[in-house]
Amino acid sequence: MDSKDIQIQEKKEVESPGELTQEGPFFVPSVDIIENSDKIVLVADMPGVSKDNVDIHVEEGILRLQGNVSGNAPGEYVLSEYSIGNYYRTFALSADIDQSGIKANMKNGVLRIVLPKSDKSKPRKITVKSN
Amino acid sequence: MFPGRFIDFSDWNFRNPFSEFERMRQEMNRLSEGFRRSAPFSTPAGVFPLTNLSEDTDNYYVRAELPGLKAEDIDISATDNNISISGERVIPGENNNVRYHRRERESGKFSRVISLPGTIDSDKVEAKFTDGILTIVLPKSEAMKPKQIEVK
Repeated sequence: MDSKDIQIQEKKEVESPGELTQEGPFFVPSVDIIENSDKIVLVADMPGVSKDNVDIHVEEGILRLQGNVSGNAPGEYVLSEYSIGNYYRTFALSADIDQSGIKANMKNGVLRIVLPKSDKSKPRKITVKSN
Repeated sequence: MFPGRFIDFSDWNFRNPFSEFERMRQEMNRLSEGFRRSAPFSTPAGVFPLTNLSEDTDNYYVRAELPGLKAEDIDISATDNNISISGERVIPGENNNVRYHRRERESGKFSRVISLPGTIDSDKVEAKFTDGILTIVLPKSEAMKPKQIEVK
């Protein structure tokens, strides 16, 4: 088997948008969170969001992603299988992230955020010395 | 004195006294549909990618969300009345010594045919891919376009 077929993911709407004041539905982007020894990488699917319309905010240990989708479908709908809306999701960051070193890029509707770990939280190899 | 003075019986449909309830039920259904989605037909086909189809007088527009793909990864072919989209979404593997905290993004192959409600000029189909959204513009065939009729 070389590759499996892709599964459909229905968009999930944000359940309690809290302080959001913008109109329209907000969806939860699908994310992968990957950790290795020196960083945590967060990859989020946000189709329709250009790099200028993404807002990444870190405050008091909370990472907040918001992506605004602009532009509507031309003409009148004949068939609608997915709805269009902005994206919103928050993550609690552990204290060991070097918040000043966070980097992000956006390409083809996928946001990739690299969260470097602070030095003190990097795992160290502990060698056992024998006497 | 007689209620007939106040109620106009002529409006009532005595043949089917429940027809008014039926009409109300349909109206309620229509209203609740309207809240959920704005399109008239909204039965997902259950095939990736989910697509939205819209039209104006000159074109049909097919839109699909394909985040993370590149334009060259998507194959599109069109006939007179349907269009097929296929490709594969590959999520590049990270290094070996990583751990996943979440893995929600789907990957894999896909292939889908969308039947169009009318015929198109398949030679003039154009597609563009920006920010993970595929937009295909399908010009309607001349026979499908509405014609202005002059009143003499």
